[in-house]
Amino acid sequence: MSVLIIAEHDNIALKSATLNTVTAAQKLGGDVHVLVAGHGARAVADAAAKITGVAKVLLADDPIYEHGLAEPLSLLAVAIGRAYQAILAPATTSGKNVLPRVAALLDVAQISDVCAIVSPDTFVRPIYAGNAMATVQSKDALKVLTVRGTSFDAAKADGGEAVVETVTAAGNPGLSAFISQQVSKSERPDLTAARIIVSGGRGMGSQENFKLLETIADKLGAAVGATRAAVDAGFVPNDLQIGQTGKIVAPELYVAVAISGAIQHLAGMKDSKIIVAINKDEEAPIFQVADYGLVADLFQALPELATELSK
Amino acid sequence: MKVLVAVKRVVDYNVKIRVKADGSGVDTTNVKFTMNPFDESAVEEAVRLKEAGKVSEIVVVSMGTAQSQETIRTALAMGADRGILVASEAELQPLAVAKLLAAIVAKEAPSLVIVGKQAIDDDSNQTGQMLAALLGWPQGTFASKLVVDGGKAEVTREIDGGLETVALTLPAVISVDLRLNEPRYASLPNIMKAKKKPIETLSPADLGVDDAPRLVTLKVEEPQRRQAGVKVASVAELVNKLKNEAKVI
Ligand SMILES: Cc1cc2nc3c(=O)[nH]c(=O)nc-3n(C[C@H](O)[C@H](O)[C@H](O)COP(=O)(O)OP(=O)(O)OC[C@H]3O[C@@H](n4cnc5c(N)ncnc54)[C@H](O)[C@@H]3O)c2cc1C
Ligand SMILES: Nc1ncnc2c1ncn2[C@@H]1O[C@H](COP(=O)(O)O)[C@@H](O)[C@H]1O
Repeated sequence: MSVLIIAEHDNIALKSATLNTVTAAQKLGGDVHVLVAGHGARAVADAAAKITGVAKVLLADDPIYEHGLAEPLSLLAVAIGRAYQAILAPATTSGKNVLPRVAALLDVAQISDVCAIVSPDTFVRPIYAGNAMATVQSKDALKVLTVRGTSFDAAKADGGEAVVETVTAAGNPGLSAFISQQVSKSERPDLTAARIIVSGGRGMGSQENFKLLETIADKLGAAVGATRAAVDAGFVPNDLQIGQTGKIVAPELYVAVAISGAIQHLAGMKDSKIIVAINKDEEAPIFQVADYGLVADLFQALPELATELSK
Repeated sequence: MKVLVAVKRVVDYNVKIRVKADGSGVDTTNVKFTMNPFDESAVEEAVRLKEAGKVSEIVVVSMGTAQSQETIRTALAMGADRGILVASEAELQPLAVAKLLAAIVAKEAPSLVIVGKQAIDDDSNQTGQMLAALLGWPQGTFASKLVVDGGKAEVTREIDGGLETVALTLPAVISVDLRLNEPRYASLPNIMKAKKKPIETLSPADLGVDDAPRLVTLKVEEPQRRQAGVKVASVAELVNKLKNEAKVI
């Protein structure tokens, strides 16, 4: 058995979600190979070769892979992936964009958001916004899975000594073109990798008021997250959204401020180790999952918290 | 140009899901069903393209039991022109749905297929991408903005780092995020009008598609429940607990 992982990266650095996927791949058994498709991405391949548990890295370096467009990338993954028993990618927006396309081209099912590997053909995944967990068995010879990062530990980024082999590009259907990217820049840690997340909801009231949260985040070295309602209201950009249809996070500490606790939001954060809720409504459902609940108005509580943390 | 929109009938997002005691699945008796929220945005976008004069006909497709007709009627009341029901009592997984849609595309020859980014029951987020693969078309997934002009579509996509814009050559498949638009409520006159719009019924066999599931669900369980914790009386107490009890800061 051998497993192919499609690495997630930005041509400069490997994204940490790839490390969690390596751990999942090891649970399947057999050799773990990593495909790095990118442009000027040699450094990414070298980083992948150092991951403990990776036996081989395949580097496809070509301008057509620069932006990870699904149309050319899926052709490459299929050409290479046919020789494997399983193809894995992190369950990120890139993995979710490409892997179903790969699976359909191979005429096999794709299994999304795998949270546990029971055996090489049996997997656990959440359905209904994580309100139920399904154990599914695949009848296909080749398994195509996206892996939920929060469910698997990260493999060690060093210690490995895999070889890097270059592979040729697989052709470009020329149906799609990259135009632009608006990537939010932040000094704060990445949401999916942060140890602490401070998150705000619609009750924050405005973009301006989110500064109160940012102050707390900076004192704790935390990332800032948000609900869909807060994003829809324009308080913060879309990439901060946590939930069923946003990012899935599981930090050591999740502080939910002015968040009611809708199931779609809980779906993205209920595996956090410690949850704190600050809400002025003592009936808010978020208190049912919070380890520590504070019934308070945020405009009083957050400045107090800032002072308390400075002590 | 013609647009095809796929709409799925799902358990309403407000329903508190109960897992059946025998672990065979989720209890769906006597619960409210609605159109998948993402598919409402897909229909809305198609209707707006029609209102803007860019689209001449909107065909909606739903697959599942006979009750999926209701979902099609809702889309017709929002402004779609006609419906196709692919009637099946069996479980239809994303690959099968994509194959059935591909067979309908072969019959209808639309320039654009719009689907939701994910069905909120199976949470798969696969069908649009799979359909694009089977057709050999480009895909614009997780769309929060769509501009159709001439033979091209410009799609702004929600990605983990922010937003990305791509240009696609038509025909193409688009999968939509909720932020693409605010779906309209159907007016009473439009609900009445929708009753007269045609719905064709087909079976997977009519379309020549093997829709057998590739995945077998062995069991469905409740997720681990979190215990509610304690209420703290003050910010000072909270910080004290986080430092000394939970030891996370
Ligand atoms: C298909 C679908 C997918 C969805 N996906 C997601 C998702 O991925 N992520 C997500 O988050 N949501 C998602 N949602 C939306 C979700 O259903 C809720 O609408 C949303 O999570 C509510 O956000 P909120 O808690 O910020 O707002 P609200 O529910 O409006 O809650 C605001 C809270 O703030 C409190 N508050 C107000 N003022 C103050 C104050 N001064 N001090 C203290 N507390 C205050 C209130 O008491 C209230 O509890 C989805 C919905 C659908 C239909
Ligand atoms: N049974 C179905 N009938 C009609 N459309 C469907 C069906 N299943 C999935 N779809 C479409 O595919 C999208 C994504 O579904 P999924 O891949 O299951 O998450 C949905 O939002 C629908 O637009």
